[in-house]
Amino acid sequence: MEQRNGFMGHFQYCLSGHPTLPCNVLKFKSTTIMLDCGLDMTSTLNFLPLPLVQSPRLSSLPGWSLKDGNAFLDKELKECSGHVFVDSVPEFCLPETELIDLSTVDVILISNYHCMMALPYITEHTGFTGTVYATEPTVQIGRLLMEELVNFIERVPKAQSASLWKNKDIQRLLPSPLKDAVEVSTWRRCYTMQEVNSALSKIQLVGYSQKIELFGAVQVTPLSSGYALGSSNWIIQSHYEKVSYVSGSSLLTTHPQPMDQASLKNSDVLILTGLTQIPTANPDGMVGEFCSNLALTVRNGGNVLVPCYPSGVIYDLLECLYQYIDSAGLSSIPFYFISPVANSSLEFSQIFAEWLCHNKQTKVYLPEPPFPHAELIQTNKLKHYPSIHGDFSNDFRQPCVVFTGHPSLRFGDVVHFMELWGKSSLNTVIFTEPDFSYLEALAPYQPLAMKCVYCPIDTRLNFIQVSKLLKEVQPLHVVCPEQYTQPPPAQSHRMDLMVDCQPPAMSYRRAEVLALPFKRRYEKIEIMPELADSLVPMEIKPGISLATVSAVLRTKDNKHVLQPPPRPTQPTGGKKRKRASDDIPDCKVLKPLLSGSIPVDQFVQTLEKHGFSDIKVEDTAKGHIVLLQEAETLIQIEEDSTHIICDDDEVLRVRLRDLVLKFLQKF
Amino acid sequence: MDPECARLLPALCAVLADPRQPVADDTCLEKLLDWFKAVTEAGSSLLLLQEHPCLVELLFHALRAQDLSPRTLSFALRLAGVFAAQENCFQHLQGDPSLFVASAAGQLLVHILDLAMREPAEGRVCPQAWDWPVCARKIVCHLEDCLRSDAAPRVTQALHVLTTTFGHCHGLWTQGLWVQLSPLVACLLEKDPMPAPHTLVDLLLSVARSSVPSSDPGLWETVAQTLSRLSPTQAGPLAAGILKLQDCPQALRIQAFNVLLQPLACVLEAATQAPATPGLLEGAAGDLMAVDTLPPSKSACVGLLCSALAHLELLQPLPQRPSPWPQAPLLAAAVTILRFCNGSAAPSSEAGGRLCTMLVGCVRVQRAALDFLGVLSQGLGPQELVTQVFAVLLEYLMSPDSSPMVLKKAFQATLRWLLSSAMPPGCCDLEPCAQLVLGELLAMLQKRLCSPCWEVRDSGLEFLTQVTRHWGGQASFRQVLLASELPELTRQLLQDPESYVRASAVAAVGQLSSWGLLAAPSSPEQPAIPQETPLEALLLILTTDSEGFPRRAVMRVFTEWLRDGHAEVAEDPERFVAQVLRAAGKDGDWEVRVQGLELALVFLERLLGPRGSSAAAPPSVTARALRALCQVQLFEFAFRSLFDCDRPVAQKSCDLLLFLRATATPPGSPQEAGDRPNVASVEAALRRWRAGEQGQPLGELAPEAILAVLRSMDLEALRDTLAKSSDHVERSPQSLLQDMLATVGVLGDNEADCY
Repeated sequence: MEQRNGFMGHFQYCLSGHPTLPCNVLKFKSTTIMLDCGLDMTSTLNFLPLPLVQSPRLSSLPGWSLKDGNAFLDKELKECSGHVFVDSVPEFCLPETELIDLSTVDVILISNYHCMMALPYITEHTGFTGTVYATEPTVQIGRLLMEELVNFIERVPKAQSASLWKNKDIQRLLPSPLKDAVEVSTWRRCYTMQEVNSALSKIQLVGYSQKIELFGAVQVTPLSSGYALGSSNWIIQSHYEKVSYVSGSSLLTTHPQPMDQASLKNSDVLILTGLTQIPTANPDGMVGEFCSNLALTVRNGGNVLVPCYPSGVIYDLLECLYQYIDSAGLSSIPFYFISPVANSSLEFSQIFAEWLCHNKQTKVYLPEPPFPHAELIQTNKLKHYPSIHGDFSNDFRQPCVVFTGHPSLRFGDVVHFMELWGKSSLNTVIFTEPDFSYLEALAPYQPLAMKCVYCPIDTRLNFIQVSKLLKEVQPLHVVCPEQYTQPPPAQSHRMDLMVDCQPPAMSYRRAEVLALPFKRRYEKIEIMPELADSLVPMEIKPGISLATVSAVLRTKDNKHVLQPPPRPTQPTGGKKRKRASDDIPDCKVLKPLLSGSIPVDQFVQTLEKHGFSDIKVEDTAKGHIVLLQEAETLIQIEEDSTHIICDDDEVLRVRLRDLVLKFLQKF
Repeated sequence: MDPECARLLPALCAVLADPRQPVADDTCLEKLLDWFKAVTEAGSSLLLLQEHPCLVELLFHALRAQDLSPRTLSFALRLAGVFAAQENCFQHLQGDPSLFVASAAGQLLVHILDLAMREPAEGRVCPQAWDWPVCARKIVCHLEDCLRSDAAPRVTQALHVLTTTFGHCHGLWTQGLWVQLSPLVACLLEKDPMPAPHTLVDLLLSVARSSVPSSDPGLWETVAQTLSRLSPTQAGPLAAGILKLQDCPQALRIQAFNVLLQPLACVLEAATQAPATPGLLEGAAGDLMAVDTLPPSKSACVGLLCSALAHLELLQPLPQRPSPWPQAPLLAAAVTILRFCNGSAAPSSEAGGRLCTMLVGCVRVQRAALDFLGVLSQGLGPQELVTQVFAVLLEYLMSPDSSPMVLKKAFQATLRWLLSSAMPPGCCDLEPCAQLVLGELLAMLQKRLCSPCWEVRDSGLEFLTQVTRHWGGQASFRQVLLASELPELTRQLLQDPESYVRASAVAAVGQLSSWGLLAAPSSPEQPAIPQETPLEALLLILTTDSEGFPRRAVMRVFTEWLRDGHAEVAEDPERFVAQVLRAAGKDGDWEVRVQGLELALVFLERLLGPRGSSAAAPPSVTARALRALCQVQLFEFAFRSLFDCDRPVAQKSCDLLLFLRATATPPGSPQEAGDRPNVASVEAALRRWRAGEQGQPLGELAPEAILAVLRSMDLEALRDTLAKSSDHVERSPQSLLQDMLATVGVLGDNEADCY
């Protein structure tokens, strides 16, 4: 049974302005659901790199002073090749915490391991008491990313924590981009491993297409999104409303399970985030570019540095290189993968067989490792180390290729290699991760002799694919970050680089609250069997029956049930009688409901049969007026009402009413 | 017809007429038809029909039978057409739902019409309709009915018949036919939508190419009207056809040219911020010039642009191409299209923005535009535009997003432009514009040769080979090339896992080495190990590569090296030739062996002078040459090749030996009768080879013995035998008939087995 539902609005609170690191809170059917909690790490680009080994260059950078020579900030800010950097532990830009009370969040849905990096900030510091849902690979690899991050930052303790520069009055005086950095007061230092563990303990594992009930009101389901191991899109639905949350998704054939598009159909609202950050770069072309530049450098005796995350595209790159190195004559070149979690990452990738694409899954049954990096390791072509210290320094041989983090070039072993190799033009740094502007990442290393190549590999959906997807799944409304509703600022003529749909997408920006446009406003109501038994349906049209029902509507846990009304108890005692009349709603004798239409010609004939004469019928916009001129009476017949207008002649009115009623069905 | 075929024919006709016999495939019927054509061309078909009543029976049966397969019916109709081309003895039929039958019936109608009209038309300029024979009048009536019909298939069918008529029949009567039918065709133009526009275009072009225009200038008016009535996409082929005509009114040519230019003009307009550059369409058609005239759907718009580009590309080299040829605006348009496709052009209007969205990343348009741009290199352009051409080509060559196919086209177009603008007359080095791009070009090429995509490495190598072939001697090119990694990269690609790439690398190494651009590299890792020379590297490929392509490429390079006197080869040509022939002789790929013979021929020419010069070499030269040939064991190679199981090898060897015999033993040269060398052992070996026993070596041969063997061999007879295709027996009509019957016969056996 359906009930029109006019009392509940659905809202989206937008806590992040970063389209690929989203954090939105959805108020839907009395539940509060956080969709992803991405951490914007681009704030770290304003900081000086954390060198693993003492760097004379970095430590001798001059302090920055104001134009008037005032040098009170020279301990906090350092100058390098015309750019100013904060000399402090790097800090991250958190999602908005003021827009909504985050302790009211019931659940957090995570779509992929890149979009959960702010989780400890939310779960540990906001009073959050709910549950987090994510797939197993997302949790495991997410843990690796967090572990790496914590490790990178904690192993280079920095005595100083700069805060003077954040003062609003002082920030205004700073040069760009520091001057324009937003919400600096909310920037936070990295969490601890303890906080990570605590945050991860709140996660409940889910599998693709698993249906999870939230308080009886809402069902959430993760779907494969094809972007990364265990990456998901989410369906959030009630009986009559469906929201699809599309986060990082990919239609390319890489290692993860392909994207499930069909289940996104029939959505009222589709929230679209996590599209490619480099819509003009085709990943295949970029992989080619990556390989070519790598080969050219190594052939010339140079080293190649690839700043990267410890999971994700690196698997595909290693696979490409596996096929490429022999043909390019690079078999003797060592490949090093350096990360505190390198070993776990390489091993994890091989054990999540059920989350892999079909080709890789079938390998497991042969049995073969799904990823060929196993063979690279076996043949000693790929070696992995937790850090540059220890075994690595013994094995290190040049020219070589090094994969290491962090892609921001602000912390991690990559800082060491930038310092080591930056001076020679034989070496090349190849940027493959699209999250950071490579020019900004390189700024504190200038002047730099080494070659820099930008090959961002972003396999997430591009605008052509989005357009096809939207045509296929046809949501009623699309909601997306404002960046997707206009061409990129640098290519304002590229109208193809924006979401194009009808009706136009609703856009949001950081710290905005959107009312979501739902058209269907119904609730499902159950009828108790004994009540259903008592109904007497009457067929008013073939196939359609109506019945009136008097019942009590009971609502609990967002489920609505119609129960038989309690029988009016016999008046036995004064007290009881009083109670009963309090509890039982008034059950008045209801007038019967009427249905049907009045055929005017037959009605007129009937009137004539009953002695009325001089009848005139007029057509009106909504129906007819039957004029009984003699009786000076007017019967106005419309689709949903009939009025008998006569001069105070109640007998006549009742007579006419009964004639009208003859044509209608009662129940 | 030979008696054996005549004997088999009745049985075959019976098989064809029997619907239960699953007759052979289309190819057999096609071959049979070809044979009948040959037979009727050789003699009277009336006689043929009289001598073989089974044929007439087959045709009658085909007309009556209801259950004949469309394939057989179509065959019968076409056979009838073959006979009708000579004799007037058949009635017409038409309208079968099968496409084959309808088409065959259409052709038959044309034949009949042609035949019927030939006689009355003789001697008269243009017979009037009432003079036509009944049969012709009937056919024309039928066609008129069809043209008036509302059923599109009927109109199409009639148009097809007329197109064939005007295409194949050249009698003056066709002019009368056009006079009769042109009002009906004009009526078709008025209909909305126009029925069968493509077929109508074919008809008009067919009529325009016939003798009609000389008698009916009104035709041009119809054509002009059609051109303006058709949609831009439909009008393209008509416009292109008009522009290829030798004679047609200038106004119509301008109109047609404008149709082809219109889409490009729209593109130019879409990108033009201010009307500074001259437009493509000036004057009358100028007001049509609006981006909004382009079709709104992407596929239609892309299709229109591609076809316009393709038509203009074909038109460019023709002598009758429109003049003046708007080279500069066309260049600008091609560059703009390419810029829209890679997203670097900013549109000037909203409509331009839509065009931009449609073209971005469209590989089809990119390919068409690059081809067109390449063709435009044959004309000059303002320096500023040429600079833009090179800039856009470089963008495509450097972009990681260019698909391998687009990249190949970009390489080809770049090569054409480089070569066309290479050397100003009287100048010893490259043109400044080319010099300017050279550095970037070779840096890009370096990266492309390292691409993980083999198609890219392959087209990169092809480009390098071609550029080096033309510019290997240019100082500035040599300088930039030698300073780059390219020679070393090319050398490394000889070991590429992809055989096509190895083959291209072989060709590139061949070119680089010819120009002395493959200097011995200094290997930083292993300076002690001297690298093999290019010759050694290629010989290794010839003897060890498992794929045919690289080995064939090596043979081509070696032949070229020998012809051009490559330094390493010139050191000891005999040793070189001996090595190569030894390897080629053992090669399993017949193309390698043919190429070996080509190399042997080049060697012969070096010794004896070029082929074709009838003069025989002086005896001293001959003697020296023969000694050299014996030394390199060329005869063993050539004689073995003579009995090669692959015919082209044997033919080539035969030619070579004939050349040698003509030069070394000219007719009338004295034979040392008394002192005849013993050639018995040679002849015995040759006999065994001919029998397929190739194991036996020829052993040491004296020049005299060679000459004697050459004289004794009937090389001319061998050449004639070889000239016939190896399957000449199998391809005889007799064999065809037997095969067709055998197929049925085998089925018959199977039936018997069932009982």
